[in-house]
Amino acid sequence: MIRILELFLTFFRIGLFTFGGGYAMLPMIQQEVVRHNWMSIEDLVNFIAVSESTPGPFAINVSTYIGAETAGFAGASAATAGVVLPSFLVISIVAAGYERFRTSQTVSGVMSGLRPAVIGLIGAALYSVGSAVLFPDGASVRPGLFGFSLAICGIVLFLRMKKQAHPILLILLSAVLGIVAGYAGLFG
Amino acid sequence: MKQTRTHQVMELFLTFFRIGLFTFGGGYAMIPVIREEIVTRRHWLTDSDILDIVAIAESTPGPIAVNAATFVGKKTAGTAGAAAATFGTVLPSFLIIFALSSVLRQFEEIQAVKYAFIGIRAAVLVLIFQGLVSLYRACPKGPMEMILMGLSFLLTVLFNVNAVYVIAACGLIGYLVNGRRKKDDDQDS
Repeated sequence: MIRILELFLTFFRIGLFTFGGGYAMLPMIQQEVVRHNWMSIEDLVNFIAVSESTPGPFAINVSTYIGAETAGFAGASAATAGVVLPSFLVISIVAAGYERFRTSQTVSGVMSGLRPAVIGLIGAALYSVGSAVLFPDGASVRPGLFGFSLAICGIVLFLRMKKQAHPILLILLSAVLGIVAGYAGLFG
Repeated sequence: MKQTRTHQVMELFLTFFRIGLFTFGGGYAMIPVIREEIVTRRHWLTDSDILDIVAIAESTPGPIAVNAATFVGKKTAGTAGAAAATFGTVLPSFLIIFALSSVLRQFEEIQAVKYAFIGIRAAVLVLIFQGLVSLYRACPKGPMEMILMGLSFLLTVLFNVNAVYVIAACGLIGYLVNGRRKKDDDQDS
């Protein structure tokens, strides 16, 4: 019961303090998940790929998953309700007077500070996720895995930025390359 | 009247259920689909409402998809509409991920899958990086923005400061710097 309440409150906080779409939620999810020992960073990164390949927003997918892993159906419901509720309440209030909200100097002032904060936070999340992916064993580098990961990053970066390849396609491609490299003995 | 409202609430639920079920890639990917369903096909809202939705979804907390669904539901059929649209958006994800969660761990124990995920994790880094780049491009780059960006990054990486505090502090700084400038010619009270 305590665990369910904790899931609800944690994801409520995450929902309340996340601004923007895409991976804006990642920094808070990553901090909370590590703090509560709900998932390893590697599992979280794996799950980002699962979330990209299944329908629906990342926020809902990740809260449902962490909730289910931690406390089954009740946990999944609590976490998902928690992440949705702040949006629902705030929008229900704002929708009534949204013309004023949209043109409010206070809101645009607050947003002018939030937008760069979100960028800095995602940068920080990318830094810690990146270290976990590229150096899974800390200081002792595995050259095969490190070289392979860098090569994948290069290929995917090129296909995404220059050819606008779809994320699901890129996930599939890197999965196939990973399997090939693995059975070729590249990861030792 | 009562009849049409109940009908509309049902329609909202089904429409957003379909949107939730068939949109990959989260909130921004949903906006054109919402526009198609709500503006073009059903004429419940106008194009300028959709623009407002994006602006408001970005400046209120929570996932863009949930914000947009709640807003459309509320505008179309009040609080019941908001609840129906939000529930509809969330339900497909919830059901799919809940079903997956029981098998995902076992699936990840397979050796080939382990190898696959080594490749996938590197690809995910790039996807996050690309999301970061597009946010950076869209953000104004005055001195305040650059300082806040740098400080948020460093405080989190070096001292593992809770993101909640970073968000709260930066929001306050933004308000103090830009939020009060036009106070004198603000006549709405």
